Amino acid sequence: MDLSAISPTLLIASLMVAATPLLLAAIGELVVEKAGVLNLGVEGMMIVGAVCGFAVSVETGSPYLGILAAMAGGAILSMLFAFLTQFALANQVASGLALTLFGLGLSALMGQSYVGVKPPVMGKVDIPVLSDLPFVGHILFGHDIVLYMGLGLTAAVWAVLKYTRAGLVLRAVGENHEAAHALGYHVVRVRILAILFGGACAGLGGAYISLIRVPQWTEGMTAGIGWIALALVVFASWKPWRVLLGAYLFGGINVLQLNLQAAGIAIPVEYLAMSPYLITIIVLVILSADKSAAPASLGRPFHASN
Amino acid sequence: MNTPLLSIQGLTKAYPGVVANDDVSFDIAEGEVHALLGENGAGKSTLVKMIYGLVKPDSGTMTWQGNAFAPAEPRAARGSGVAMVFQHFSLFDALNVAENVALGMENPPPMRDLAKRIKDVSENYGLPLDPDRTVGDLSAGERQRVEIIRCLLQDPKLLIMDEPTSVLTPQEVEILFQTLRKLKSEGTSILYISHKLEEIRTLCDHATILRLGKNVGECVPAQTSARDMAEMMVGDTLQTPTRTAQDGGEVVLQVDDLSAASGNPFGTSLKNISFSVSAGEILGLGGVAGNGQDELLAALSGELLTAATAVTIRGDAVGNLGPNQRRGIGTLAAPEERLGHAAAPNMSLVENALLTGAIRQDLTKKGFVNWKGATEFADQIISEFDVRTPGSDRAARALSGGNLQKFVIGREVLQDPEVLIVNQPTWGVDAAAAAAIRQSLMDLAAKGAAIVVISQDLDELMEISDRFGALNEGRLSELRPTSGLTIDEIGLMMGGSHGMHVAGEETVEQEASA
Amino acid sequence: MIQLEKRPQPSRFWSLFTPVIAVIVTMIAGGLLFAALGKNPIEAIRTIFYDPLFGEFSFYYRPQLLVKGGPLILIAIGLSLGFRAGIWNIGAEGQYILGAICGAAVGLAFYPTESVFIFPLMILAGLLGGMLWSMIPALLKVKFGTNEILVSLMLVYVAEQLLASMSLGLLRNPDGHGFPGSRNFQDYPSGHNTEILAGTGLHWGVAAAFIAVTFAYILLNKHILGFNIRLTGEAPRAARFGGVNPTRLTILCMGISGALAGLAGLFEVSGPSGQISIDFNVGYGFTAIIVAFLGRLHPIGILLAGLLMALTYIGGEIAQANLGLPAAAIQVFQGMLLFFLLALDLLSNFRIRLAVKGAA
Repeated sequence: MDLSAISPTLLIASLMVAATPLLLAAIGELVVEKAGVLNLGVEGMMIVGAVCGFAVSVETGSPYLGILAAMAGGAILSMLFAFLTQFALANQVASGLALTLFGLGLSALMGQSYVGVKPPVMGKVDIPVLSDLPFVGHILFGHDIVLYMGLGLTAAVWAVLKYTRAGLVLRAVGENHEAAHALGYHVVRVRILAILFGGACAGLGGAYISLIRVPQWTEGMTAGIGWIALALVVFASWKPWRVLLGAYLFGGINVLQLNLQAAGIAIPVEYLAMSPYLITIIVLVILSADKSAAPASLGRPFHASN
Repeated sequence: MNTPLLSIQGLTKAYPGVVANDDVSFDIAEGEVHALLGENGAGKSTLVKMIYGLVKPDSGTMTWQGNAFAPAEPRAARGSGVAMVFQHFSLFDALNVAENVALGMENPPPMRDLAKRIKDVSENYGLPLDPDRTVGDLSAGERQRVEIIRCLLQDPKLLIMDEPTSVLTPQEVEILFQTLRKLKSEGTSILYISHKLEEIRTLCDHATILRLGKNVGECVPAQTSARDMAEMMVGDTLQTPTRTAQDGGEVVLQVDDLSAASGNPFGTSLKNISFSVSAGEILGLGGVAGNGQDELLAALSGELLTAATAVTIRGDAVGNLGPNQRRGIGTLAAPEERLGHAAAPNMSLVENALLTGAIRQDLTKKGFVNWKGATEFADQIISEFDVRTPGSDRAARALSGGNLQKFVIGREVLQDPEVLIVNQPTWGVDAAAAAAIRQSLMDLAAKGAAIVVISQDLDELMEISDRFGALNEGRLSELRPTSGLTIDEIGLMMGGSHGMHVAGEETVEQEASA
Repeated sequence: MIQLEKRPQPSRFWSLFTPVIAVIVTMIAGGLLFAALGKNPIEAIRTIFYDPLFGEFSFYYRPQLLVKGGPLILIAIGLSLGFRAGIWNIGAEGQYILGAICGAAVGLAFYPTESVFIFPLMILAGLLGGMLWSMIPALLKVKFGTNEILVSLMLVYVAEQLLASMSLGLLRNPDGHGFPGSRNFQDYPSGHNTEILAGTGLHWGVAAAFIAVTFAYILLNKHILGFNIRLTGEAPRAARFGGVNPTRLTILCMGISGALAGLAGLFEVSGPSGQISIDFNVGYGFTAIIVAFLGRLHPIGILLAGLLMALTYIGGEIAQANLGLPAAAIQVFQGMLLFFLLALDLLSNFRIRLAVKGAA
């Protein structure tokens, strides 16, 4: 065992990379839940995003087109969920599960010919001077563009929810859809838009795994990150900055356990590998006492009958 | 003044199985307070929803200051100058007052300016409000202020108020009326919806009466007796319940220093409540909604567990027993919310009869359900309480409010309770059904049951109860015999005016207190 | 313009027939999918739905229907009780794995002793293993209000790691030349889940599934407990008013679903699969969710849905071998079935009206 092989700068930098897919998916789901919709299909949308992004990147040679395709893929899949829950008024829990089961199958089907292929590499954002700063430079700068998009998105979601009219309407719809309807807001329209946004974010998060973090395509490669993202939203009490904090925490745990595996610590690999899931459960338990932050209409179907 | 502000011509709206509005016509003049009077289910709500753009009429026209008026959505109606205070508030608990107000406006100013305007308007109209408070923490009266101020900030030409006084104490009602008179003097028209005749007689210039969706008459309320209006509204002469007062049975239900936290984050905790009810007595508990009514019912029915000795039945401590154990010793309850609490909406009436009847009607054997017995019990409730339904296999949600309420009350009354607690027994129920329900409660008391009636309908409580008390912020006032109570005394028991003051008289009050 | 109008009460007709329509629509959409993959859609559908039952080799495939349907039905019955009460155990796959591990561990501990008591003991261990695993989300839910969906799901990933650890470590066959995986129960008569009637596919797990269907039917229709389960799902507040203790009900529903999933795992590992190996589980715990919904959470419906889903597994394998249809296509096909079912569910609670927009 050699713990000294674990370098703190590398650890933090890779932590940020590991946290990004979680952050993207969770911030999207946060917006969806703020609008009063519980979409349990995050895992399915992520994996479909992962395969769409991967396939398009390989075919076109452009990782940026791949990123766009991933967002589109996630959003298109989320439209199925939107249709089921907003028009057909199906149970949101069941519909979300259906989305995940379907997405896992669909991605496996789409990704068959891409197993073992190497995707084009996405360039790093290289900011002169800053990237060369000792320690900080390596940690904070010189990452890929999507990582910064994740951070920017968090700030944007926070600002929009807090300061804009659109954010206020979104929160109102999630809080009390009958009242929002009575005031003349289009509950279903707001929710569909939120669901599409959530789908695009999840797709982007998935593509980050297949294009940047790993980077290759294997079946079921999201390995529960979508579910952890759902837990993260609860953990964060529906607050964007706490989602960021949570994502970095989980990213850190994951990177640490991978490093420990590599360092050959005397704990069997399987037990290290299950640690992120166990820690998720523990965190959920600690934080589940406070439910007051949850949007009041979360998961309830809405139908404007008379 | 010749062109009315709003003229309604032949509005008709049908829903499957029911014509909510059938050829309704009337005019509202500028600066007029116009009453829309009718029983529950007469079609008042549907009519105002059409004016507010929430529902589209099947036929008929509206004109607004002489121009055709057909708002496609509430935004359009608001744009024309229509504002509405809803009966069930259209508020968002987790948002603050300013955010709630902003959501009801077309082009709200930036939050800081809005907060200032809210302060100004609320002072001006005697409805003090802090823009930064979370709405979920406000009392019912304060919540109504939020709605009213939301409307006033838009300088409406027509203000629609749907049953506004049902959440107010008598003192608060008086202050609201002052505010409305001030608005009227400023030229605002008001469409005032109610089924309370005395209010309409004091406030309104003109009244339109609806019955079963039809326009059945118009009158000038000040010149018409309440009885005449009631008969137009109900279409029948009303049977008033008869009560033979009981005296001095032994104490059956004793509540002693009952305190309990509410299970609901925005609920009201019960604080040191003590009272007793004797056999044959009806205790009426009034109070504005949201002052602990739900919690008190839950604590008495066994849904909310407390210290064992806080509730005793014939001397036995039962505060820590669940609902079924209390049913076992003859304590039954009927909660306010019919669909989802007193009854399961999607389940049949047979299943709903089993819901509370399993214990006392002996409908299970070793856990296996006697469906035949449950069906018989449901059929018995239906026939003895005149529940109008094609059969006991129907889902509860298919029944009208009045019929389901008769079923819910009948289900408990027919189980021969020794103690019965009911919350809002006639809420949203038409007059005939309400009279039948009240009569059944009085008959049950005459047979020796101890009954607690929690209600926001003061007239109802004055009519049927022997003693009266009021809940205010989770506390119970002293109990007084009903006979001889004045409306002012009742109002003070309910908590007076809760810090509201009469429009424009703020300075006077401040000087007085200085 | 299409308008939805809520029915005064759910339509019996549509709640019975929407699953049938969903299957037909899925066949059509699946056919289009297969055509898009360059396969003859008619042939593919026939291979999946007809050949296993009536084709040349149906004598071999028909028993498979029970072998594959048994665990699906067993798990789905358990899940349906919770789903009806609004308790969402999504982690049946994990409970299935734990049941298999515990049951197998007990059996292997006795190896090579032969006794009639060993298999019953294994059954008991499998049942307890699945139940204990489901008690984690159940207890966390009732004690701390933790979301049972997320916890039960996280525990699937934990269980998979545990399975890997067991098949590589503690339960590895000592005579297996270092290969991962436990001893095979086919070589250990006392611990083997044999066919009750040879050649029919009817092993003890299938028998357990039939018993579970009967038990659930009686529970839901005749017993007050079943009534309370339905009541809690329909109206939680009314259930509390009716004297239902939500804590006890959550523990009960989670416990039953975990126990049945654990049983399914034990019967699988000691029978058709034969041994604990890293990937002995093939996702029955997740497919059972589809089965439960497709069967409308009704015991008889689940019985039929389980057999249908087993058919798609078997037919899918044949199509994979004969037509080169990818395995994932069947997974997509099963997912589509759930989609269409959920979408068509609308018909049982709403009437669809074609409304001509009024003049107003």
